[in-house]
Parts: sequence; structure tokens; C-alpha cells
Amino acid sequence: MLYALLGGFGVAALAAWLHRLTGRHSGWILALWPATLLLYFLSFLPDINSGTVLFFYDWIPSLQIRLSFRIDGLSLLFALLISGIGLFIVAYAGRYLEGHRDLGRFYVILLAFMSSMLGVVLADNLIALFVFWELTSITSYLLIGFNHEDASARRSALQGLFVTVGGGLALMTGLILLGQVGGSYELTELLDNGDAIRQHALYTPILLLIVLGAFTKSAQFPFHFWLPNAMAAPTPVSAYLHSATMVKAGVYLLARLHPALGGTELWSALLGTAGAVTLFIGIWLAVRSTGIKKMLAYSTVMALGTLTLLIGIGSEQALAAAMAFLLAHSLYKGALFMIAGIIDHETGSKDLRDTGGLFRAMPVTAVVAGVAALSLAGVLPMFGFVAKELLFESVLDDPRTWLLAMVVAGAVMTVAVAALIGILPWYGQPVATKKIPHEAPPALLAGPVVLATLGLLGGLFAPWVDQHLLAAATSAVAGTPVNPDLALWHGINPALGLSLFSLIAGLLLYRWHDGFRTATAFTDTLAKRGPERGYDWLMAALVRIAETQTRFFQSGYLRYYLMITLLTSMSLVWLVIGMKGDGLRLHLDLRDVQFHEAVLIFTLMAGAITAARTTSRLGAVAALGAVGFTVALLYVMFSAPDLGITQVLVETLTVILLVLVLFRLPGFLKLSSTALRVRDAIVAASVGVTMTALVLFALDARLYDSISHWHIAESLPSGYGRNMVNVILVDFRALDTLGEIFVLALAAIGVLAMIRLRAEDKRHE
Amino acid sequence: MNNPRQHQSLILRVTGYFLLPLLILFSLFMLLRGHNEPGGGFIGGLVAAAAIVLYMIFSDVKAARRLVAVDPRDLLGWGLAIAILSGLPGLFLGQPFMTSQWMELDVPMFGMLKVGTPLLFDIGVYLVVIGTVLTILLTLAEAED
Amino acid sequence: MNTLLAIAVGVLYTTAIYMILRRSIVKLVIGLMLLSNAANLLIFTSAGLTRHGPPLIVEGSTEAAAVVADPLAQALILTAIVIGLGVLAFAVVLIHRAYEVVKADDMDQMKDTDT
Repeated sequence: MLYALLGGFGVAALAAWLHRLTGRHSGWILALWPATLLLYFLSFLPDINSGTVLFFYDWIPSLQIRLSFRIDGLSLLFALLISGIGLFIVAYAGRYLEGHRDLGRFYVILLAFMSSMLGVVLADNLIALFVFWELTSITSYLLIGFNHEDASARRSALQGLFVTVGGGLALMTGLILLGQVGGSYELTELLDNGDAIRQHALYTPILLLIVLGAFTKSAQFPFHFWLPNAMAAPTPVSAYLHSATMVKAGVYLLARLHPALGGTELWSALLGTAGAVTLFIGIWLAVRSTGIKKMLAYSTVMALGTLTLLIGIGSEQALAAAMAFLLAHSLYKGALFMIAGIIDHETGSKDLRDTGGLFRAMPVTAVVAGVAALSLAGVLPMFGFVAKELLFESVLDDPRTWLLAMVVAGAVMTVAVAALIGILPWYGQPVATKKIPHEAPPALLAGPVVLATLGLLGGLFAPWVDQHLLAAATSAVAGTPVNPDLALWHGINPALGLSLFSLIAGLLLYRWHDGFRTATAFTDTLAKRGPERGYDWLMAALVRIAETQTRFFQSGYLRYYLMITLLTSMSLVWLVIGMKGDGLRLHLDLRDVQFHEAVLIFTLMAGAITAARTTSRLGAVAALGAVGFTVALLYVMFSAPDLGITQVLVETLTVILLVLVLFRLPGFLKLSSTALRVRDAIVAASVGVTMTALVLFALDARLYDSISHWHIAESLPSGYGRNMVNVILVDFRALDTLGEIFVLALAAIGVLAMIRLRAEDKRHE
Repeated sequence: MNNPRQHQSLILRVTGYFLLPLLILFSLFMLLRGHNEPGGGFIGGLVAAAAIVLYMIFSDVKAARRLVAVDPRDLLGWGLAIAILSGLPGLFLGQPFMTSQWMELDVPMFGMLKVGTPLLFDIGVYLVVIGTVLTILLTLAEAED
Repeated sequence: MNTLLAIAVGVLYTTAIYMILRRSIVKLVIGLMLLSNAANLLIFTSAGLTRHGPPLIVEGSTEAAAVVADPLAQALILTAIVIGLGVLAFAVVLIHRAYEVVKADDMDQMKDTDT
């Protein structure tokens, strides 16, 4: 299992090299990896109804972070989609981007994405899931910005990254809270613990945070704007990440956590509303676009909205509908995107209005496009029809009638979109295109053909798909065994009526499509004021705040940095003492001071003050010497002979060091006015007072038992040494000492380098 | 310390010559007894380094370099290598890195002696400390010329 | 005695910070040295002072005396003292280099990154 996941990163690392080695066939060769994965995941299929399979690997045991993976119906459905569609995408990309100078890099990121995405859907540990989740965001960023010389691609990439990673931040907080509340970071345990989580006081914040993460990732309103912009990516990426897999990660998360978080009113209201609004806005914008990829992207937004809505409704039927819709959508949308890429590749046009009559040049593509579009429209006997029937039935059962209105309106427009894509480019009067169109090569056609065929077979053999995969997936989402009984023909019922209605209305809309677009042009101005403006405003504000803050804090003067740091930390210390320091008491007791000790302390303070006030360098060095040797004496007097010896030796060497360097620097200068000196003295004194107070507090407050007892007791029996300090240094805490001598060596090498550099400078002069 | 020899006090120089071997011996003594009495790698290293630095002051940098024979930078490397090496035996025995290992040696005249990896580690510390101090101070003194 | 030493720690910190806030780079070095002594004494005092109880086990005895100074704090400070020397050397040489490049003793003339 671990190999299946991490191996992908290994293959990704080798991909660029393999590409250089194998040249134009690299796509097919690299596609062997997802093919292997597909076979591996298919091997789980026969047993999937018998329950969840778990795999464990320790990662950071002390933080309860385990690399644990689970395979149940839901994760297997996703894993099959990811590896199956991935197989065709890699082969497709090899042909589509043939000769592109960065194709090697493209493979690297694409394969890395595939492994990350598999990690998201297979992880059983929340933290591991989150790490993979963020990896998909990063790889998506790199893929959207693949044409990095194009400013708009860069902008879109950054936008996608900010939106999804911003949501990821909320998600991380939500997941950690969930782990704390649920008592475990393992999904297996959390999913059984749903009732306790739902009744916990923190349920609402947890839900909001996780939903925010899921909504940004899955482009739910009002975060839907990044997805159409992400179409700046090469078409294989759009087909793979931004329709079939990555954008469904949010939906996956909601489905996955449904047993733990779902079923409440808040859940239903939140997901239902967001889903329905996203669905409607998405399909509205889709009908109004003319760019093929834009249209597909908006209809993906619609599909994601539908999925969220269904998970929000949460009835067994709705969950079954969600799983069926998810599978159907991945199949037809992957195919349609690849066909959009073929049209672009063969004709050079990206807009529906620039194409027409392509059937004669590329009949196979045209037929495949038709089949996929039928599934999108939800026409008998495609699998899309099965999904649509279930969708209608679930929404009919929900008391909120406005949801039904939204869904039916969405279905009507979906049929129109399907007709636009399935008919407009292929039939009618041929339009002159930039390139002479030819039938697409096998590498480009393989994906659409297989996916569209699967969409058809899925419809014909709906009960088989149900029994072998979707029932298990639905059960995993519901948290209890469910048998949804998928079938192609449900008999004559209200859902079928709605289906028929949407089909006819949709075709009518297609017929008067141009008129419809002109009539609704007023919504364009509305769209311009949409959430994307909010994003732009937010980004601009962020830059402005950063500039102001930088001007304020980054003055370039060391002493102001220090002052800000010092005053902030002092304020924080006193804030905490003020808030929680009830039991604290200053340890004030001067009765045990002996005369010679008082003299020593007096010398120490006098030395420090002299060092700070003297006007001669020699005086300062002498005063520092006095401070150093007094400290050494204090160490000896208070039972630290090792420290005393060390301090004396270091003090001696320090004086030599200062003699060697300090006197080659200029004498003291008085650079500050008296007012400034007073200000600095006040800052310094506040630090001094705080430190004294901290020591005095610390002396009387012992919150935990000292760990020194163990060291004292074990020094001789386990360390075989009578000098405990040395035993700690070279045995008990030897690893720390090792780090410290490394620091010493580094300091020495640093000094050496700086002086050698100077020698070279001099030679150049 | 670019001190022409003619200005050097004879007394200081002779003391330096006599003191040096004694101080080096003392530093080894400090190193070896460190596990049971005050001392150890840090202190021993500082004593040895101070001795050589004193010698440098009494004579000159070149003489001090000749005396050390190896480049102080190499001492850094050897010291670190020995310290890391002392952590390996534990690793081979399936324990965490740096777990101490001990064995008893029956040395004639001394009786039973406990010898273990911590001593090796302390020797590494000793060498690193000498290397650090000498690298810094000798380079600085040379740079002055 | 703890109280008196705590006050001394405060005085050391005050003088150290005051010197570090000066514009003259030589004073900055002196501030650093005071600071390292201040920090070591802070740990030493916080661990509690013990008279006549060095963390040693007397020859022939198998157990530590009843009252023994905290060896852990001492081990911490011991390395801190030596590292303090290394870091001080590094800082001094760095400052010296900066002085050679900028030819000024004034920190305010060292605020450009492109010299």
C-alpha cells in the first residue's frame, strides 16, 4: 500500500529522465504506472462489500500521526477514478504536449499530483490527509501556471492557490479540533464516534472550518471563481484535476466525514444552500459562455454544487445519488474535456462559434462527443440518466421546494449545454478554422472513447455497478450498510416526468440559445461585481497592509528592532503574570546573605555598571574581566566547580580575543543625545526589572518535579561517573552536547571564512 | 601579537617553554578525570588551548603553528568525527544513537577500569574545543600582520 | 542570597541591553559579553543556590549527598559558557569586517544591505 502511494512520487522523480530517454512514446510508458495502480485497486473490488481494509505505518508516533490508509467503498471509488482516468490523461498529455520543451516537468508534477490525490482519498489519519490535501493544492498551482510565461496563467495559478490554501488553513484548524474533540486522529475511530462529536460544544466551529476548507477546494459559491480561471492550465490538467479529481476532494471530505459530522440541521442547511446556489450559478454561467473549456468548467461547478447539495440532504437515496452522480460526472466530464482539447489541438479554436461541421473531418471524435454529451444531459440509457433520476427523487423528498426549483432549472440548462457541445461543433455548415482538422491520433482518442463507453455501459448495467462498487461507497458515506438498488428504469414516476420536462425545455433553450444569451446579457455586469472582485480587493488590501507594516517595523536600525522585540516580549510576560499570576510570590529574603557574598555581588554590579559607563576601551575590558571573574567565584561558592573553572578559562581567552580585535576598532564615540540615552536606559531597566522579577517568581514556584533527581540518582549506577555534570554532558544528554560542539566548529569556520575573505579582498585591491 | 623577539622578556619566554608541557599534561589530566572529579572535555580543551595561546603570546604565531603540527581546522573535523563515532556502537546493538556502552578492563597496577564510549565522546569534545579556540585566535593573530 | 543574586542578574541585563542599544559597534560587543554572563547567571539562580553541595559523589560512596546542587542547570551553563566564547568571537570578527567595509563605527551607517 505504502509503495502504491509513495512509489508514485518515485516515478514522478524519474519521469523527466524517462521522458528524455524515451522521447515521443514517453506518455504511453509513463501511463504504465497508473495502469499498475488501477489493477492494484481493482484487486480490492471483489471484497469491497465485506468491509474496510486498513493499513498502518508509523510516521510521527509521538504526535499520534500515523500513515494509516483505509480502503472502503468511497475511497476505492475515488482511487479507481484517479488511477483509471490518470492512465488516459498521462497518455493523452504525451501526445497533446508533444514537443513542448517542458513536457518532462509536466509529467513530474502530474504524477506527483496523482500520488497526492490518492493520499487524500486513502488516508485514514486526519493529519496525513491534510498533508496530502495541501500537496494537491501545490501541484495544482504548478500545473495551472504551467505556461509560466503567460501572465494571466500565473495570475490564475496564484488565485487558485490562495483560495484553496486559504481554505486549507481553516481545514487544518478544523481537523485538529475534530481530532481533539473526537479523541483520535484516525478516521476509523472518529466515524464511529459521530454522536459524541455532534453534541460537543465545539461542533459548530469544527463544521464551519471544515466546510470552509471543502468549499474552497470544491469551488462552491462564493469561491467558485477560481475554477474557470484555472482553465489556463493545459487541457489534460483541466480534464484531470479540475473536473475529475482534485476539485472533488472537497466533496470527498464532506462525504467522508458525513458519518461523523452530518445529519444535523446546520449541516443540511449549510450544504444544501451552498450546493443549490452553486449549482444554479454554475450552470447559468455555463449556458452563457461560448468558450468550450469555460463552458465545461462552469458545468463542473454545477456538478460540484449538485454533489454538495446531495450530501447536504443526506438521506440514503441522496447519498446514493451523490455517488452515482460523481461517477457519471467523472466519466463524461473527463471525456468532454479531452474532446475540447482535441478540438483545440486539431483546429486551433477554443470557442464554440469558431467551429462547425467537424463531423466530416473527425467522425469518431464526433460520435464520442455525442455519447458523452448524452450522459451529461442525462438521457436514457446513459449512466448520467441513472444519476439524474436519483437526484430528482432525492430532491423531491426534501421539504425545501426551492431546492427542487433550482435543480430543475439547472437540469434544463444542463441539457442545453450538452446540446451545445454535442451538436454545435460537429454538424451544420463547416467553419474555416486556423488548422485543417484531422481525426485525432489514438493517444488522444483513447481516453474519451473508453470513458464515454463506460458511461454507456454503466447505464446499461446499472445494477452491476451498484452491487460491486456504489453500494459499498454509499454505505461508507452513510456510515451504515445501505442498498440503494440502482437501476436504469425506475418506472413511470414524478422523477421521470421532470427528466422529460428538462429534456424538452433544454432542447428549446438550445434552439433559441443566441436569443437567450442576448436577453440575459444584463447579468454580465452583475457577474463582474461578484466574489472575484472581493478576492482582488482582498489581495490589494493585503499588499497595502504589508507595505505599511514593513515601513513601520523594518526601519533598518538594529536598535529599533531590538526595542520592539524587547518591549513586546516584556509586555507579554507581564500580561501573562497579570492574568494568571495569582499564586505567584516574589522571593524576597536577604537574611541569609554573608558578608563576603555581598562584597562579591557588589563588585559584580559595579563592574557591569562601569563597563557600561566608561569612556575608554581598556577600562571596559578591565571591568568586563572583573565581572567575568566574579561570576566564576560565584559559581565556585555555590557548588559549581566545573562552571568556575570553565568561566575562568573562557574569561582568559576572551581577554586575548578582545586584545586581538577590539583595539583595532575605533575608540568609543558618544553618538546619542542625552534624551536618547535616557530612553534607552529606561528600556534596558525595564528588561532588567522583568528578569529579576522572573527569577524571584521562579524561586518560589515549582509547578513540576525537577527532572534533576533522576540524573542525580542515576549518575553512578548507569553513568559510571561521580561527576554528575560531566555524566550529563557526555552520556545522558550527549546528543545535545554533540549539537553544541557542532555550533562551536561552525563558529570557528565562520571566523576563518570571514578573515580569509578579507585577505582575498586585499589581494584584489 | 607581532612581537619582534628582541623585545621579548627572557623570563616570560623561558617560563612559557617550561609551562607549556606542564599545562598540556594538566589538560589531559583534566580530560581523563572529568568523569569523576571536576574537569572533562570542555575544561581540558580550554586548558590546552589556553596553553598554546599563551605560547603564541610568548613567542609568535608561526612558532605556535609549528608546535600544534596539525592545522587546528583538522582538529575540528577529527573531534566531530570521534564524537559521532562514539555514538555508533549503540546503534549497532539496536539501541538509540549515542547510547553509552561500557566494558571493564583489568589493567595491571590500576585494577579494574571502566572504559566506555562517553570517554571517547569527551575526547571528541576536547579536540573540538581546542580546534575552535585555536582556529579563531591563530587566524586572528595572523590577520593582524 | 537568592534575592541579592536576582537583583545582580537584573543589573547585568540592564547594562547589557543598554549597551546593545548604543550606536557604537564596540559598545555592542561589550553588551553581548554582559548579556551572556547575565543569561548564565539567570539560569544558575533560577535553579536554586546550594552552598557546599557540588554535584559530585564522594570517592568510595555510592550515593549522592542529601543536598546537591542541580547538575542539569550546571551542564546547561557549562556548554553555554563555551559556546558564548565561540559566538562572541564570531560576532567580534563580523563586526570588525563590517567596520572595514563601511569604515564607520556608527550602526546607523550600516543599514543599507547593498554596501
